[in-house]
Amino acid sequence: MKISMTVNGKSVSAEVETRTLLVTFIREHLRLTGTHVGCDTGQCGACTIHMNGQAVKSCNILAIQAEDADILTIEGLARPDGTLHPMQEAFREHHGLQCGFCTPGMVMSAVDLVQNHPNPSEETIRAELDGNLCRCTGYHNIVKAVKAAAANM
Amino acid sequence: MYAFNYQKPKSLADAAIALSKGGDAKLLGGGQSLIAAMKLRLSAPSDLIDLGGIKELTGIKVEGSSITIGAMTRHAEVARSKEVQARIPALASLAGGIGDRMVRNMGTLGGSLAHNDPVADYPAAVLGLGATVNTNKRKIAAADFFKGMFETALQAGEIIVSVSFPVPKRAAYIKFKNPASRYAIVGVMAAETGSGVRVAVTGAASSVFRVAEMEQALTAKWSPDAVAGISVPAGKLNSDMHASAEYRAHLITVMARRAVEAAK
Repeated sequence: MKISMTVNGKSVSAEVETRTLLVTFIREHLRLTGTHVGCDTGQCGACTIHMNGQAVKSCNILAIQAEDADILTIEGLARPDGTLHPMQEAFREHHGLQCGFCTPGMVMSAVDLVQNHPNPSEETIRAELDGNLCRCTGYHNIVKAVKAAAANM
Repeated sequence: MYAFNYQKPKSLADAAIALSKGGDAKLLGGGQSLIAAMKLRLSAPSDLIDLGGIKELTGIKVEGSSITIGAMTRHAEVARSKEVQARIPALASLAGGIGDRMVRNMGTLGGSLAHNDPVADYPAAVLGLGATVNTNKRKIAAADFFKGMFETALQAGEIIVSVSFPVPKRAAYIKFKNPASRYAIVGVMAAETGSGVRVAVTGAASSVFRVAEMEQALTAKWSPDAVAGISVPAGKLNSDMHASAEYRAHLITVMARRAVEAAK
């Protein structure tokens, strides 16, 4: 089946099986491997991307469900000149990552979080990030990073 | 995941035709339960009919003393709707507590109800608020809709179009959630509605159910103390690695008390 969508500002189209997951399309067809597969059961949030401006789990969505959608992955977050997004910069500044596996999902989820809660309290950040798991348990600095980024977004 | 045929009809009528054309066709809402089940090969439909392209299934409308929500309305939309927040804050808060924010951006009201997962939140809202499920064929009262574990009154070829929630005098939903899945180990909707007091429990048994004894006590006096001494027998409740039946029975009383307290 032929699908078309916009990914990080570029139009893409491809022939895929109907059962192709969106994360598989992003990683294996487009070779954008910043989006990770962690649990593959829709719980850990490592595969979080934005679809039409909203954070979603790309391992639990079919690629065909994203037909005509505007997709943003971690690769499309920084400016074309390489300047990091304020959320990425805050994760760097506050050491919001350890092994880094959950980080792309955390960052994409956190950007959506701040867009919906412009000045989030620590409590809000912790509650609203409950769909992203960090096996290093690096939550403390992640929360700090999100709070700092919210002030610069 | 097994292979399947995919269709994305533009109208409800086309979806009904696609659904009736034999095979083991399934409707796709947001897919937050169905895609996961298909990945595990627990579900293997021959045809997947994506309802994502049908405009008449979306939207939130205030109609007199009730709010009608389209079947394809995402949980996040219900949670942040000013109309729902103002008229049925318990429903907005319930929708805002389903799964996590990514799940809420995809998952739909109709999908949740058609799936009727025994630990889902929305069944407690539909039964607890005395809502009506509107399909392409008829109107189904909440009391007649939920038939058992993953079972509903929906017939072959029937599609949920919307759900009408009567605005209650007061209501609140409190759940004790599983910290990993965010599903309800026990969730209780307590409501004083135009048609009397309703207490609906999800997560505890094979399907959502009402607690008549609590409803009678709350009708006499709307107070947390009124339900504090009432417990549901553990006999028919679920027992699993997350909670024993006895613990769920205990939680029902605690969640009911908190819900009544929150519904001021």
